Amino acid sequence: MAFNRQKVQLPSRTGTEITGGSCSSGEISGLLPDQDGTYTDSMHPDKSSESREGISRRHFLERAGVVGIAGALVGTGVLEGVGGHKAGAVTTTTSASQATGASSKPAHQWCMVIDLRYCNGCKVCTQACQTAHYLHKDQTWIDVFTMKNASGNTYYMPRPCMMCEDPPCVQVCPVKANFRTDEGLVLVNQSRCIGTRICMNACPYQARYFNWGPAKSAPRQPFPQEPEWPVPQVEGTVGKCIFCAAMLPMGKIPECVGNCPMDALYMGDLETDVAVNASGQVIKLSAFLANNDAVKFKESYGTHPRVFYILGHDQDLDNDEEAG
Amino acid sequence: MTRKQVDTMETGTSTTMTSRTLEKSIKSAYDGVDPVPPREDIREAAMRPVLETGKWWWTAVITLGVVVIAGIVAWVMQLRDGLGSAGYNNQAFWAIYEADLVAFIGVTYGGAVVSAVLRLTKARWRAPLTRIAEATALVTLPIGMMFIIPHLGESPRIWELVWPPYWNLSSPILWDFFAVSTYLLATVVFFYLPLIPDLKITLERLSAGPDNLKTRICKKLYAIVGNNWIGSIPQRRVLHGALGLISIMIIPMAVSVHSVLSFAFSSSSRAGYLETIFPVLFVVGALYSGVALVIVMAAAFRRGYRLERYITEKHFVRLGFILIALGATYLYLTFTEYLVDGYSGTIGNAAWVRQTIMGRYWIPFWFFVVGAGLLPLVILAFRRTRNVKGIATASVIILLAMWVKRLVIVIPPATEPLVKSPLNVASANWGTFHFTWIPITITLAATAAIPLLLLVVFKFFPILPVADMEEMAAETEGLEEDLSTLSVMASTGNGSSGNRKEIIHANI
Repeated sequence: MAFNRQKVQLPSRTGTEITGGSCSSGEISGLLPDQDGTYTDSMHPDKSSESREGISRRHFLERAGVVGIAGALVGTGVLEGVGGHKAGAVTTTTSASQATGASSKPAHQWCMVIDLRYCNGCKVCTQACQTAHYLHKDQTWIDVFTMKNASGNTYYMPRPCMMCEDPPCVQVCPVKANFRTDEGLVLVNQSRCIGTRICMNACPYQARYFNWGPAKSAPRQPFPQEPEWPVPQVEGTVGKCIFCAAMLPMGKIPECVGNCPMDALYMGDLETDVAVNASGQVIKLSAFLANNDAVKFKESYGTHPRVFYILGHDQDLDNDEEAG
Repeated sequence: MTRKQVDTMETGTSTTMTSRTLEKSIKSAYDGVDPVPPREDIREAAMRPVLETGKWWWTAVITLGVVVIAGIVAWVMQLRDGLGSAGYNNQAFWAIYEADLVAFIGVTYGGAVVSAVLRLTKARWRAPLTRIAEATALVTLPIGMMFIIPHLGESPRIWELVWPPYWNLSSPILWDFFAVSTYLLATVVFFYLPLIPDLKITLERLSAGPDNLKTRICKKLYAIVGNNWIGSIPQRRVLHGALGLISIMIIPMAVSVHSVLSFAFSSSSRAGYLETIFPVLFVVGALYSGVALVIVMAAAFRRGYRLERYITEKHFVRLGFILIALGATYLYLTFTEYLVDGYSGTIGNAAWVRQTIMGRYWIPFWFFVVGAGLLPLVILAFRRTRNVKGIATASVIILLAMWVKRLVIVIPPATEPLVKSPLNVASANWGTFHFTWIPITITLAATAAIPLLLLVVFKFFPILPVADMEEMAAETEGLEEDLSTLSVMASTGNGSSGNRKEIIHANI
């Protein structure tokens, strides 16, 4: 069934003020942390960007409990090795919960919000992603599809990994190379993947990309090749969008979000209920999703994606295609 | 008393079954002596491949060996250049190797049908075919399993599949792995059991010949696997019981293997793969192509080893009728699948059905319909073409068409875009599979490996099931009643074990 909107809203951004000269994407998506791995205000000069709720970008990051410790840990290679993802998840959680004083439950539940009213199909997100992760041209971890709505008009639809709560790719892998972290990130362990490609078959979003030949060479990275930062890719294994998992503990938003010139992408955290876009506009996630009637892609597949789409007029998100 | 003496004695008396000889047979059954008279002509024919090594044998082995080596070279090239060199891309993520996997594991079913089904139904005419059928199953299953190696992107990590800590039991690939491994074990047993009596005969023949390396290898091998056979009634009873049991077991096992294999496709959410008819379709398709392969191999070896007297045209016609029944069923099941999916008209299903029937995959699809669906019917309908040559030709076409059908099963749904966008619709250049020389060479090598391995297998084991055929011959010559009497007496008797042991000792 097509998604039926309860109410139609004018495409207005909830609770945002755009200040002149917002920071450029390059500053946000700087690859390397500061020397001690901490987040500094100097990297993001537009402190003045305040939302209606009075939460600044800085506050978002504080609320999200992202402190330098986790980043430093990642940087020093604690997450190395086959079991690295487990260690990584635990470490991040621990340090983050220390900061926020939360209980044993993970401090974050990462999600993404994609505002289709603003996407103009420029594919800067795709390019930024491919540059940062050293991907081949056909490895569009975040792809932008040109769609037609019911009245025949064109709209664009970015599609990252949906970070499903019930990911089919994890279930079908024979060697447990796919896994889901406590913080809701679905990642691939490329040092274990044997390349059966059954996960590519299982993914209803076609969000997985194989390394059919030699991977694109990459310069030395701040982290070892690991599920949270699979750079360079490994030939003969599957790769996919990782929400820039290694960057998140350092308070950096993913490349695609940080580089979107239209501010159509938001990185969000369901746990702290905030989301932020490239301009540093911070929104209260639950209210934003409710007010704008957010939908998920292909909900009928029972995957429970963690990417929310805000539809514009007359858009149909391909939700009516039942499987089989 | 040695076995040879017993043999000559038996041969001398078996032509006329009087009450005196029957008495003697009963006595010899208790003594643990083979009551079934040997048939020299069958033995000679069955041992022909073992003893003869003609020029054509070497020619065939070398030619096929070259093809197999070319396949290995192609695989090494693929290892070097990545899986992309085999024509894959992110849309056609599954294609030729997956089709090969299904096709080559599928053709092992010929062994199960011809041997197990016909054995259970007590179809006597099956006897001369069973060894060829079982051997074909034995060699094709490992070849089919080998396709997992080029299929994997990281073949060197294949050990992870047999490393229990890494097992994810919810993965259909692992189910396949377990199912096929079990089936392999059953196939080996199913090949071995009817072979036990024949090993003894083979050893005798080899011992009579020159003492060379092969004889010595065989002696060592047979001493381990089959030296205790004396052919007594109790032994025959045990063997028949075991064969009956494994025949019953191997049928559901074979059915489960190919249906589990289909789960790799049918348990996904992809339109065109998510088909509840797939398990049935796969099993029937496997039986169909399996019988076709048995026909081709039987025709080839019949000609090569001059077995026309035992494997007659009647065999081929009968197998041909089985072929028609299976082929019609398969065609109907395919029709059902396409009808239901096309008729329901959901976006995903309508798309792949259209692409297959009249879109960019129409050539392979209609090749399948003609080659595996209609042509065999035509060939078997006319008496003029209903002969060995015609049926064998039809079988070759069926095998080819069924392989193409597996490609049609695998590729169209995989290459159908899941995010429907006007620029993302399946078009000629949007991610379809492009054949390159590498997978084609590997597929050809696997095909060549079947006759190659069979040629080698029949160098060591008789091509006809001698003991089985001798029993059949004895039965048809009026011994049936006597044998059943014997077996009843043997089952109630209790004094034979000591004598049997002596004879076994004497034989060793």
